[in-house]
Amino acid sequence: MKYIDEFRDGDIARKIADRLLAEALPDRQYSFMEFCGGHTHAISRYGVAELLPPNVRMVHGPGCPVCVLPIGRIDLAIRLALERGAIVCTYGDTMRVPASDGLSLVKAKARGGDIRMVYSAADALQIARQNPQREVVFFAIGFETTTPPTALAIRSAQREGLANFSVLCCHVLTPSAITHILESPEVRQYGTVPIDGFVGPAHVSIVIGSAPYDHFAQEYRKPVVIAGFEPLDVMQAVLMLVRQVNDGRAEVENEFTRAVTPEGNPTAQALVSEVFELRPSFEWRGLGEVPYSALKIRSAFAAFDAERRFELGYRSVADNKACECGAILRGVKKPTDCKIFGTVCTPENPVGSCMVSSEGACAAHYSYGRFRDIPVRVEVAA
Amino acid sequence: MTTRKDYTRPLDIKHGRVDMGHGAGGRAAAQLIEELFVKAFDNPFLRQGNDGAALEIPAGHRLVMATDAHVVSPLFFPGGDLGALSVHGTINDVAMCGARPLYLTASFILEEGFPLADLKRIVESMAAASREAGVPVVTGDTKVVEKGKGDGVFISTTGLGVVPPGVDVGGANARPGDVLLLSGTIGDHGVAVLSKRESLEFETTIASDSAALHTLVAAMLDAAPGGVRVLRDPTRGGLATTLNEIARQSRVGMLLDEAAIPVLPQVDAACELLGLDPLYVANEGKLVAACAPEAAEAVLAAMRAHPRGAAAARIGSVTEDPHHFVQMATRFGGRRVVDWLSGEQLPRIC
Repeated sequence: MKYIDEFRDGDIARKIADRLLAEALPDRQYSFMEFCGGHTHAISRYGVAELLPPNVRMVHGPGCPVCVLPIGRIDLAIRLALERGAIVCTYGDTMRVPASDGLSLVKAKARGGDIRMVYSAADALQIARQNPQREVVFFAIGFETTTPPTALAIRSAQREGLANFSVLCCHVLTPSAITHILESPEVRQYGTVPIDGFVGPAHVSIVIGSAPYDHFAQEYRKPVVIAGFEPLDVMQAVLMLVRQVNDGRAEVENEFTRAVTPEGNPTAQALVSEVFELRPSFEWRGLGEVPYSALKIRSAFAAFDAERRFELGYRSVADNKACECGAILRGVKKPTDCKIFGTVCTPENPVGSCMVSSEGACAAHYSYGRFRDIPVRVEVAA
Repeated sequence: MTTRKDYTRPLDIKHGRVDMGHGAGGRAAAQLIEELFVKAFDNPFLRQGNDGAALEIPAGHRLVMATDAHVVSPLFFPGGDLGALSVHGTINDVAMCGARPLYLTASFILEEGFPLADLKRIVESMAAASREAGVPVVTGDTKVVEKGKGDGVFISTTGLGVVPPGVDVGGANARPGDVLLLSGTIGDHGVAVLSKRESLEFETTIASDSAALHTLVAAMLDAAPGGVRVLRDPTRGGLATTLNEIARQSRVGMLLDEAAIPVLPQVDAACELLGLDPLYVANEGKLVAACAPEAAEAVLAAMRAHPRGAAAARIGSVTEDPHHFVQMATRFGGRRVVDWLSGEQLPRIC
């Protein structure tokens, strides 16, 4: 595939790997957090970890939109489908996230809920147009990447006077989550997060630009390198982070110059602020309540807000006690530190959110990297 | 007095629809069977008109029986349809046991209201697939369910075949050091079907690989007697799931070479766009084999000489691994586990 294969080239990967080995100081440890699930996925799927020097460790961050979705929000979507008879539309990997009472959207569908997987907010809008006699709710999740399309869907619905369409808004914000990781009370409880720098989001940064990260570099003295979602992007970003650490620099650098500018996409930003406003606080699965970390629909668009329309009361549901997702999402623990990893909690029967999507730290490690935990003799036949 | 000539008005295939009468066992049912099924599948076994078929089996052979229920949405897709699929799928299941498929049975569950024209198209495609493969449908059954209780048409087929003496092919036979051979590109069927799903339609030139593989299997077995240890067609769950099944059954591990696994650029691009991994996408005309290392070259040559195996490739090898991991050396230069598919393959959001 043109424009993609170039960023998956094994020969270039080896060259960057050689540079990393030469430049990473052997007497120190480097821990970098890739915030985004997209990076976690790329690292796992292409085996990037194997190409990094042993003293460079990647910590999987909370940027998997499915993973941070709290149980209570999924319960709301399930109730809309099962109790209110609404058609609930959502992105694919939201379907399997475990909710209360042993349910998930997939299981609610099996109980008769009309739950449909869509590829975009526009598809949900189309379903609403085709089913004027039914309530259609778009279960909107994701970071700044998926927010503008949701805003556009809401604005189109208003302009068309589409009376049966609404949105259950669960959009969250990247910068507030990063701040939370760096200074939440829980971090003090779990100990200092040993993170030397961040691989900054790819698609999120296309929308918000690189400027919002300046704060982290200046305030917390943490280097940030914004990187694309291809494996070579990640390798190059890690090399840039190692150089910053070695030089004692803490700057925002942009590896993903083919798509990210400092100011981002102003059209998308304007659209988002027209339709959404900040929530004073929002619950994240694994992180708890995070102040000013999510968006809600402005009152001018109240008719399209499923929470108002159906008068939904939010009830927070605690995670399973044995689950270590909270510490794993903050980078304080590794998936293998969790007692139930790979035994009680597997991709087939996820207990915690990190095991659900292949972008989640636990599922990525289970599905792609598990062999590293166990010494395996690999005999290659001639 | 003149006697009227015996006459029944033929089925109105063009405008007619399946009704409950077609499954009630009376004249309407008999007419549907006569005018549609028997006419399409015509062979001496069916013409006997009995409740079952009496069959000849070559002496000294072991029997293999396989059954498969077929449902697909949409019923017609680029490169095939439910009818052809129901023949190819079962012939392949029989062939993957190292057997020569001889006979098929077919049962249809029809939904009230299903257009007869579509049914005819499906049945004729099935008959054509069966003729092309040389494996007749020798007996069958039809039932009709009320509207809303089925999805148009479901077809269940059973195949009977014989394993020649000396052939021992099975999922538990792979040994460390064996070579893994794949008969061609992966993911074609799954992507072709997805491209026609109502909610997802996209323009593509990808056609399903739906095909019967028994002649390819015969050529492979002939090329190296005793050399082919495992045969399997990676249908639902894709190549990844099939290899994990074999690894578990044979109590071995596997190491794949990503760069050696053939994927059409169009399939690769569609998967990229949809957030899917071709390793987990269904195939309906491909097989994967584990061969003794000394037989691998001859088997691969035989595959490449056959039209269904022209793009065959050596994709990896069987390893000793108490955890039965299927691992893959990535094109990028790293290594990773290729795990079982968990649940349905769902597209990622980012």
